[in-house]
Amino acid sequence: MDMKVAKKLGLKERYTMMTRDLAWDTTFQPMDKVFPQVGYEGIKIHDWDKWEDPFRLTMDAYWKYQAEKERKLYAILDAFNQNNGHLSVTDARYINVLKLFLGSTPPLELMAARGFSMVARQMVGAGPRVACMMQSVDEYRHFQTQIHSISNYNRFYNGLDEFAHQQSRMWYLSDGKSFFDDAITAGPFEFMVAIGFAFEYVLTNILFVPFISGAAYNGDMAAMTVGFSAQSDEARHMTLGLECIKFMLEQDPDNLPIVQRWIDKWTWRGTRKLASVGMMMDYMLPKRIMSFKEAWEIYFEQNGTALFTDLARYGIKVPKCFEQTIEEKEHITHQSWIGFYMKPDATPFHTWMPQPEELDWLSEKYPNTFDKYYRPVYEYWIEQEKAGNRFNNKTQPMNCQVCVSTIKFNEPGDPMEMCFRETEYKGEKFHFCSDHCKEIFEDEPEKYVQTFISSHAALQGKCEPEGTDVNAHDYRPGARMHAYWRMDKRASGDFNGSEDQKNFAKWRAQATRN
Amino acid sequence: MTSNAFIAFQKNEETRCIVEAIVEDNPAAVVVDQPAMVKVDVPGRLVIKRATVEEKMGRDFDLQELQLHLITISGHLDESDDEFVLSWQR
Ligand SMILES: [Fe+2]
Ligand SMILES: [Fe+2]
Ligand SMILES: [Zn+2]
Repeated sequence: MDMKVAKKLGLKERYTMMTRDLAWDTTFQPMDKVFPQVGYEGIKIHDWDKWEDPFRLTMDAYWKYQAEKERKLYAILDAFNQNNGHLSVTDARYINVLKLFLGSTPPLELMAARGFSMVARQMVGAGPRVACMMQSVDEYRHFQTQIHSISNYNRFYNGLDEFAHQQSRMWYLSDGKSFFDDAITAGPFEFMVAIGFAFEYVLTNILFVPFISGAAYNGDMAAMTVGFSAQSDEARHMTLGLECIKFMLEQDPDNLPIVQRWIDKWTWRGTRKLASVGMMMDYMLPKRIMSFKEAWEIYFEQNGTALFTDLARYGIKVPKCFEQTIEEKEHITHQSWIGFYMKPDATPFHTWMPQPEELDWLSEKYPNTFDKYYRPVYEYWIEQEKAGNRFNNKTQPMNCQVCVSTIKFNEPGDPMEMCFRETEYKGEKFHFCSDHCKEIFEDEPEKYVQTFISSHAALQGKCEPEGTDVNAHDYRPGARMHAYWRMDKRASGDFNGSEDQKNFAKWRAQATRN
Repeated sequence: MTSNAFIAFQKNEETRCIVEAIVEDNPAAVVVDQPAMVKVDVPGRLVIKRATVEEKMGRDFDLQELQLHLITISGHLDESDDEFVLSWQR
């Protein structure tokens, strides 16, 4: 009997057969009517088949490896819980980094999932459609695993349970939310630059690599495994973002100025978002592996330069903000921590003054700026705290109309001066944290006049808990922000004296004694 | 100046073999150990060869298994059945 043995297909052939060969052009309706969004931004594409996923990942292989990742992840989470893993972290201050990280990230992952499923529908080529679909499923996975991780800590510690409610309402969560809102309301190609390039290539490297390695260093197996499991998808996401940029630039020289503007805009937006991640590394990890400045140098300056050198062949220039970010890397984390410490009643996590050896570590890591500008502030506040006078700023912050971070960063070239810009549009004044944000606004004012800024809206009586009568004669705008935020009082205030601090000490003592 | 291509993995038994294979196939490789992870930098171009990884592991290895352990990469990627290449030289 003759039997034909089919030769096993190679990776490249398999990829072609399972993606491009399964796609077809529509005939009942013209293609440009079925895929109208790809034309809106002015990007010209001539041959969608030129786009290939360099991972050559097909759907069957995708499910196989993702299932394996999930099995590993949940086995580790189970072990962590069975062992009371939360008590093995360095000290209870560490839990606050999780409140900030896990409280702000899952809703952003969900937005990424939504965005990529939209773009997967909008892109014409089979290559990007499949890759975007996979990324959408990945991001949904990150959203779910991070929430599972929250629930493990939520059993023991305060301030984690209202993250979904707080996402759209809390002043310090607005920068991340606005980043994704801006991206998802842009066209498909800008979305790819915003998330695939700026968020994945610039941001996740710092968020998930040194920061998660730092979580491991602080004994947090759960955050480590969730973070690394997510990051195992990010390598694919960065590749997709990079591929999209190359693809646009190779398809038509007219795409260059559009892509350049997006790179300028989104590199800046990513940088602004990173200030709080850097602060977590420098101030909130009790044990530190590297400073934000060092991470920035490796993952942005060196790695970014490698990319921009490479893209120079298409005429791409280093983003306009590059120089400013190099100057700012020595300042922003300190300015952010000062900003959060000042408002102990306005966050569902605790803040504190660095310990003496931590101040010394900061001096060593930031020799040009720390002793000169920031140590004196901390020494003054430490003294005030000892005198029973812990600093507490009860006012609403002012936020940038574009990046929605609080206006607190310094004037370029002058660390003692706060940077502040404003512009007028249709008779109304708008405020910005920087020249870059002002420029982004002026490019698309109709988009950014719509930005929702809770700390400003609160003063107009728009952020009140249900049942508030804003016309009552004794009404004071913003006076009931805590109820509007659904803030757990136990979760706010200084770390010293907090319920978390006491519980952690008690539980750890129980774990080592009868 | 040549830019570095790099790759980072979670630290485990499998990636110990993968890193050994990278070091063998990329003489200029620099291995950076960090808590729970390992990063390998190579100027210009980094290659992972299936055959070398199989030799280190003592079993068959599909390069797509790298997906399980990857943390981050830098450089343009080209993947085939036999090689996983990251490069800034094109
Ligand atoms: Fe994600
Ligand atoms: Fe991602
Ligand atoms: Zn801004």
